[in-house]
Amino acid sequence: MKDHAELAEIFNKDEQRVDWHDETLWWIRAKRDIAVHKLPEWEELREAASQIKVNVLSNLSQYLKQFEKNAQANGIVVHWAKDAGEHNRIVHLLLKEQGIDKMVKSKSMLTEECHLNEYLKAQGINVIDSDLGERIVQLAEEMPSHIVLPCIHKKKEEIGELFHQHLGTPAGNADPQFLTETARQHLRDTFLTRRAALTGVNFAIAETGEFVVCTNEGNADMGAHLSDIHIASMGIEKLIPERKHLGIFLRLLTRSATGQPITTYSSHFKKPREGQQMHIILVDNGRSVQLGREDFRNSLKCIRCGACMNTCPVYRRSGGHSYHYAISGPIGSILAPNLDMEKYADLPFASTLCGSCSNVCPVKIDIHDQLYKWRQVLVQKGYSPKTKTASMKAMAWVLESPGRYRAAGKAARVTMKLAPFAVNNKLNPWYKHRDMPAVPKQSFNEWYQTNRKDKI
Amino acid sequence: MFSSRDEILAAVERNQPSFTELPDITAFKGDSNKSVDRFTEILSAIGGKVIPVKSIDEIRNHVAKNMQQGGRNITTVPLLGDIMEHVYRKDSNPHSLQDVDNAVIEAHFGVAENGAVWVTEEILMLRVLPFICQHLAVIVNANDIVPTMHEAYERIGNTNYDFGTFIAGPSKTADIEQSLVLGAHGPRSMTIFLMS
Ligand code: SF4
Repeated sequence: MKDHAELAEIFNKDEQRVDWHDETLWWIRAKRDIAVHKLPEWEELREAASQIKVNVLSNLSQYLKQFEKNAQANGIVVHWAKDAGEHNRIVHLLLKEQGIDKMVKSKSMLTEECHLNEYLKAQGINVIDSDLGERIVQLAEEMPSHIVLPCIHKKKEEIGELFHQHLGTPAGNADPQFLTETARQHLRDTFLTRRAALTGVNFAIAETGEFVVCTNEGNADMGAHLSDIHIASMGIEKLIPERKHLGIFLRLLTRSATGQPITTYSSHFKKPREGQQMHIILVDNGRSVQLGREDFRNSLKCIRCGACMNTCPVYRRSGGHSYHYAISGPIGSILAPNLDMEKYADLPFASTLCGSCSNVCPVKIDIHDQLYKWRQVLVQKGYSPKTKTASMKAMAWVLESPGRYRAAGKAARVTMKLAPFAVNNKLNPWYKHRDMPAVPKQSFNEWYQTNRKDKI
Repeated sequence: MFSSRDEILAAVERNQPSFTELPDITAFKGDSNKSVDRFTEILSAIGGKVIPVKSIDEIRNHVAKNMQQGGRNITTVPLLGDIMEHVYRKDSNPHSLQDVDNAVIEAHFGVAENGAVWVTEEILMLRVLPFICQHLAVIVNANDIVPTMHEAYERIGNTNYDFGTFIAGPSKTADIEQSLVLGAHGPRSMTIFLMS
């Protein structure tokens, strides 16, 4: 199993692609800024969203019961799944009861987290992802590399080639308009022939028992409204107390994600269509555990906008797949170790702790502080990642004593000047493929000592 | 299944932090000045088209002129039922709409800050209608444009709908190298008839 540094190294072999990836995501971040600056009340909105989510976490058990009661009164069947396996079994059972072996699915990061597609495939059920980006990574047999932009790592020529192989488009055609039209025709047929549709959930409202699904493509609605059975999967933290709170969250979500004022469709599902079955699966899968971790529970406020990824200098230059977890980037690096500390011990270290993520987060999660805290927990529990352990132990030893720190700093400045390759080497995963900044002649401490002496 | 429910609820109850109050959000309000101009500007920016009209006859003329000859054109607006196929039953098969070219519907209101209109199942008859048609046109009253989503939810209040959706422009995707393409799975175009 390769860790983040090793996977990032593979991604970094193609320097041009890294630059392109980096610039594309930064461009999306810049669009976010333009949209945000148009709203003078932005900071108040973030604060309100944060407080609403804090209230949700503090009263989650009540809200869950309230939601269940109201959804049931609306005619929605409510299921509970304590882990990924149970979620997948519930979906399979629902399909089996109806004798269905084909399903269309719109974007749901939760089903990625649960590996639903693989599970259903093994049970002989064919699943087609209908979000264009997800369909592309599905054809490529990959995971989404970004929660909002699933195939942001792919060049259009590669997508053209995939479509040529799987959908019979002419070789060498990589025109986005043409490829999108091809996918539209191909998926329209899928929508019209699938009796079962699964969607994710962006928000569920305790007060009314309804849930909201946001898309630009209209794929969730096409699937759901043409199906005999609609299954919606949601993490238990997706609840919000009242309908009016959507006003806050829908204003924040897409402005943070892509700079759009709202998604094309924000659909509110309250009751099944006449003659249709509607099911909702409330999934825990580690969330109640994270809720009990005081330092990390705030990660459950996340509304999955992706802004922390677009802004992250490490994500932009290492790619989503280097995180080897369904949710990549800074927030994924907090969520993943909750599920498996050993497997994901490397992720909280895949950050410069620059804090840009926390600055853009629409629900004010202290992302970089939590990454820092995870490092401490993981090192204490003996899970620190293999490439980082040796150098980190040395660093801890140096940081323990001011004397050693000064000596080490001086030594480092000398080393960097005389032998930069010693730092710019394989043992230092962060400095691969880039040059270290020029070294100051003196540290601030040395400068201060000299100048102070001169003055006195 | 019941045991998982109880287990999850017990774990959540055990681990949730002590109760924190909800914030007061009543102060969030938009500027109702120039709502119509903003609505028009934003909807145009996201790929929609706004046509100001003064009467249903103007809409009728426009629709008659632009309707695809030989295509399937439907409406849920009774006043247009003489020139288009009138859909008035909730219980028809949604698949029967698969070949619709143009659809004209009404909306309850629009939102200036994002160009969205709010529609519910009573208006749509069939939920799939505004998604499955190739081109969508929506009639909105110019007096019914609210400034922001806060006023939108104030207006929705506790109304009881089975399904409702905000629609802002034509369906779109930018999944291939961030190039914007209109007409992903839903309509390729969205026209708003803004009635004054
Ligand atoms: S942590 Fe914040 S910025 Fe990152 S995806 Fe979640 S809500 Fe968005």
